[in-house]
Amino acid sequence: MTLHSHTSSTWFGRLRVNMEDLTPGAAICLCFLIIVFFIGIFAPWIAPYDEAQILTNDSFMPPSAEMWLGSDYLGRDVLSRLIYGIRITLFLALTISFISFLSGVGLGFLAAAFGGRIDNWMSRLNDALLSFPSLMLALIVINSLGSSFMVLIFTIAFIDMTRVYRVARALAVNIMVMDYVEAAVVRGENKWWIICHEILPNTVIPLAAEFGIRFTYTILFISALSFLGLGVQPPQSDLGVMVKENMQSLLYGEYTTLYPAIMIAMIAISMNIFVDWLLLQSGTKLPEEV
Amino acid sequence: MSLLEILVKRLLLGLGTLLFVSFLVFFGTEILPGDVAYAILGQGATPELVEQVRERLGLNEPFHMRYWIWLTNFLIGNFGTSLANGADIGVEVSRRAMNTLILASCTAIVAVPLAIILGLMASIKPGGWIDRLISSVSLALISLPDFLVAVILVSIFAVKLRWLPAIASIRPSYDFFDWIRILILPVMGLTFTILAHMVRMTRSAVLNVLSSPAIEMAILKGVPRRRLLVRHALPNALGPIINVVALNLAYLISGVVVIETLFNFPGLGRYMVEGVTNRDVPIVQTCAMIFCTFYVLLNILADILSIIVNPRVRYKK
Repeated sequence: MTLHSHTSSTWFGRLRVNMEDLTPGAAICLCFLIIVFFIGIFAPWIAPYDEAQILTNDSFMPPSAEMWLGSDYLGRDVLSRLIYGIRITLFLALTISFISFLSGVGLGFLAAAFGGRIDNWMSRLNDALLSFPSLMLALIVINSLGSSFMVLIFTIAFIDMTRVYRVARALAVNIMVMDYVEAAVVRGENKWWIICHEILPNTVIPLAAEFGIRFTYTILFISALSFLGLGVQPPQSDLGVMVKENMQSLLYGEYTTLYPAIMIAMIAISMNIFVDWLLLQSGTKLPEEV
Repeated sequence: MSLLEILVKRLLLGLGTLLFVSFLVFFGTEILPGDVAYAILGQGATPELVEQVRERLGLNEPFHMRYWIWLTNFLIGNFGTSLANGADIGVEVSRRAMNTLILASCTAIVAVPLAIILGLMASIKPGGWIDRLISSVSLALISLPDFLVAVILVSIFAVKLRWLPAIASIRPSYDFFDWIRILILPVMGLTFTILAHMVRMTRSAVLNVLSSPAIEMAILKGVPRRRLLVRHALPNALGPIINVVALNLAYLISGVVVIETLFNFPGLGRYMVEGVTNRDVPIVQTCAMIFCTFYVLLNILADILSIIVNPRVRYKK
């Protein structure tokens, strides 16, 4: 890989070298993701209409000059709703991924750095939690607490955390046995220093890849929950809600329900392809391909 | 350690896991929401009524007693009654579990052989065009939401072509062919949701085995290609492949819930979603326990089969 032939020492230098090696496929995916994030951030300025405004009495109007993607089942502008839906979906997925990463990576590194009994018990508890199907866990919590942004965010972040913990711990355990870590221990560095200066720099790329995978997984998971009517609740709507409420459109010969579904798929596919490229490029592998 | 000892140990561990899972289900459904009595009474909750309901449901008992009663009731098949309409959950569950089982096994029959064949095809020549095609299509499929493929299938086969029904409701009068007609679309949708994972994991399992020193040694020794695959590679890959299959059948759970809701199929998954929507605690508990048990059992099965198939696992810590 060209990554190794260049000798850039700073992370920014490495990043720039990496960018030069983008394959066309990965470049397209990255551009698409950037555009989608841009749309999500600036949704109120980009959307042609208000997402909740009922513009016509006809449901499932075909696309026209005024409404590029037609109208939905209540006569609202599908394009505007799609744009706002992207915003909500991305907001939720990003928040959840960040929370799960901060907690999962933190705990995973701690377990690996301390090792011994602490590691043993934490990992055992985590394995027990992993024996619970994630959808079941989410459904049980939603059944008990109802569905709100808070409940969704923390439940899914918790579920993701157990997965992130496993990956982060496995990565860190591999670093802990290296000579340079032993040297640091002998020098008298404390655990915190080792985590920040030895483990973290050596696991950044696989962790970034794992972040992408978690992000994709989270988007699919929230969409599935919303599709079941148990995720984001109206009047708020994400892409999954849009798929659910416009299922009827198929019977009218319109494809309204497919636009948000395809948008979810495209975001997820782009992220996966980009992650694949990242892993291939850096020659790293994730501990487990699940 | 002998094989038997390891198996018994694994089974005991599985039993412990099941106990833990049942505790989580109970804790999540009964303790978290504060009070079931309020949930039952809803708007008309007066303190006296709440107290009556609490007494009737045994909510005034200490926590561990309630858990014990709940667990023993569950084990003898006494699932209680629905909060919404007072119907016996056991009757409803047994009917729906049967439907779900039929749906899931049809999917497994289609998906498992297909996935293994595709995975093997991809791993014959890694990097070749077959591999690239299979790998990229399966990468794309993994990224699709569970419902997308099903929605597309419905729009093609049910709406445009009108070959198959879009809704898979079941009537008692249905014969074998009616069943097949309504099952085709849900099974196709479900197959797509688990196929990609299985193909990718089968491929990497086989490649992993093919790159092992033992296989390299066999190649160097001049073992014929066919004998190499059948005698050397396959026995080693069998364990991982069985693991892959069992794990992916466990993935079926989330797929089943989504697909049943989409097709209005009267199975356990939709029952659970309805339960959550109506906040019908006993239904949610029962369905969650059944799904989780199924999941844990499949995981145990995967472990045990790979222990039996691959002797080396026995000596791993």
